[in-house]
Amino acid sequence: MDQDVQLKITDRDGKLHKIAAPVDMALNLMEVVRLYELAPEGTIGICGGMAMCASCQCYVLSEHPLREMQDDEQAMLSEAFNVRSNSRLGCQIQITPQMEGLEIELAPED
Amino acid sequence: MIETDIIIIGAGPTGLFTVFEAGLLKMKCHLIDALPQPGGQCSEIYPKKPIYDIPAYPEILAGDLTDKLLEQCKQFEPGFTLGERAETLEKQTDGSFIVTTNKGTQHKAAVVAIAGGLGSFEPRKPQLKAIEYYEDKGVAYMIKDPEIYSGKKVVISGGGDSALDWSIFLSEIASEVTLIHRRNEFRGALDSVDKVQELKNNGKINMITPAEVTALFGEHQLEAVEVTKSGQAAERIEADNFIPLFGLSPKLGPIADWGLEIEKNAIKVNNALDYQTNIPGVFAIGDVNTYPGKLKLILCGFHEATLMCQAAYQIINPGKRFVLKYTTVSGIDGFDGTRKEAPKAVVKSIN
Repeated sequence: MDQDVQLKITDRDGKLHKIAAPVDMALNLMEVVRLYELAPEGTIGICGGMAMCASCQCYVLSEHPLREMQDDEQAMLSEAFNVRSNSRLGCQIQITPQMEGLEIELAPED
Repeated sequence: MIETDIIIIGAGPTGLFTVFEAGLLKMKCHLIDALPQPGGQCSEIYPKKPIYDIPAYPEILAGDLTDKLLEQCKQFEPGFTLGERAETLEKQTDGSFIVTTNKGTQHKAAVVAIAGGLGSFEPRKPQLKAIEYYEDKGVAYMIKDPEIYSGKKVVISGGGDSALDWSIFLSEIASEVTLIHRRNEFRGALDSVDKVQELKNNGKINMITPAEVTALFGEHQLEAVEVTKSGQAAERIEADNFIPLFGLSPKLGPIADWGLEIEKNAIKVNNALDYQTNIPGVFAIGDVNTYPGKLKLILCGFHEATLMCQAAYQIINPGKRFVLKYTTVSGIDGFDGTRKEAPKAVVKSIN
């Protein structure tokens, strides 16, 4: 049985949530945020997770090694707003056991 | 005034399938959509992406699904008001509704079906100081009438197909076109990228990458934009027009003010029966509605549309009895005079 990983997610109102994310459900970070309803429905994951909108943009605050950015994620972020050097699209980051303790902050809504 | 039986707000898959199901019950539909083409998210966001959970289609591209839905409902002659956003809903004393768009087009029907998905698609606006002040004073997020850019100095920003295509188009008529993007790479059709490269080489398009527009200037009208190239000092470029093309994002918009019960950015409906909202005669189907156990799937929208049409029939034909007919048995009589039916079995004796 796979263990859950503990994540720290700061929502758009600045509130910190410590949540457990399962690693065996093929979830990505955007889906975890929806699972725990940390952002209102309809404001995150609008394209469903195809890296075709930036509604799941987040800032990665910890030093965890994450999957490298693919072209489509890079392209989408280059058209997004409020982008920082640590911006990622949550939908492109699969939850893995290596993410124990990962800290992220949700970017503001467009 | 456009009059019909059912006004459908939203021409995505759910709205289009509603036309078919309503047609089987002899009800006419008219669709309103803020986008200039039918298909909703399927045509606007991901036309080239495959969908794997449409029953009987192991794989279908979202754009092809739209085409097939249009083909399927064609004989029921739906009306379309495209490129206009449904703005107001007014109940008349006779129980009917009038839906008026942002351009003032009026539609009247006994039943309104809101199949609005995540809402109407609105352009994403860059967060620049005073950008709203310059709207219609040189700043536009969509190009409606390209002729107004004739002889102008135009700055376009964005890295997708529309930024590329409009840069190409406007390079013919504007006095100067500058394309600004945060990366050197563009996401667009290969021939558009090649064409922009060629126009850049010929000096027809000024390209500034990786860079972004960081400020707008002008007294009563846009006169210049500030462009910041990464790692360099900002420079000012003269511009009559600035057209940021950063795609569209859906917003529930005016529907939220129609007195409907809203929960989680969606419209609450009665899922035990017919997906009616708290306003009798107004239904919400597909991704725009919510109820316990709701799943935002195209196939669920199809089911909801089918049940909703049964209830609409009772509103439009009060007291009239009705029995479900199978298309295989009854065939389909189109409003355009066409008829589809199963071929008759051949009866022939064997001697």
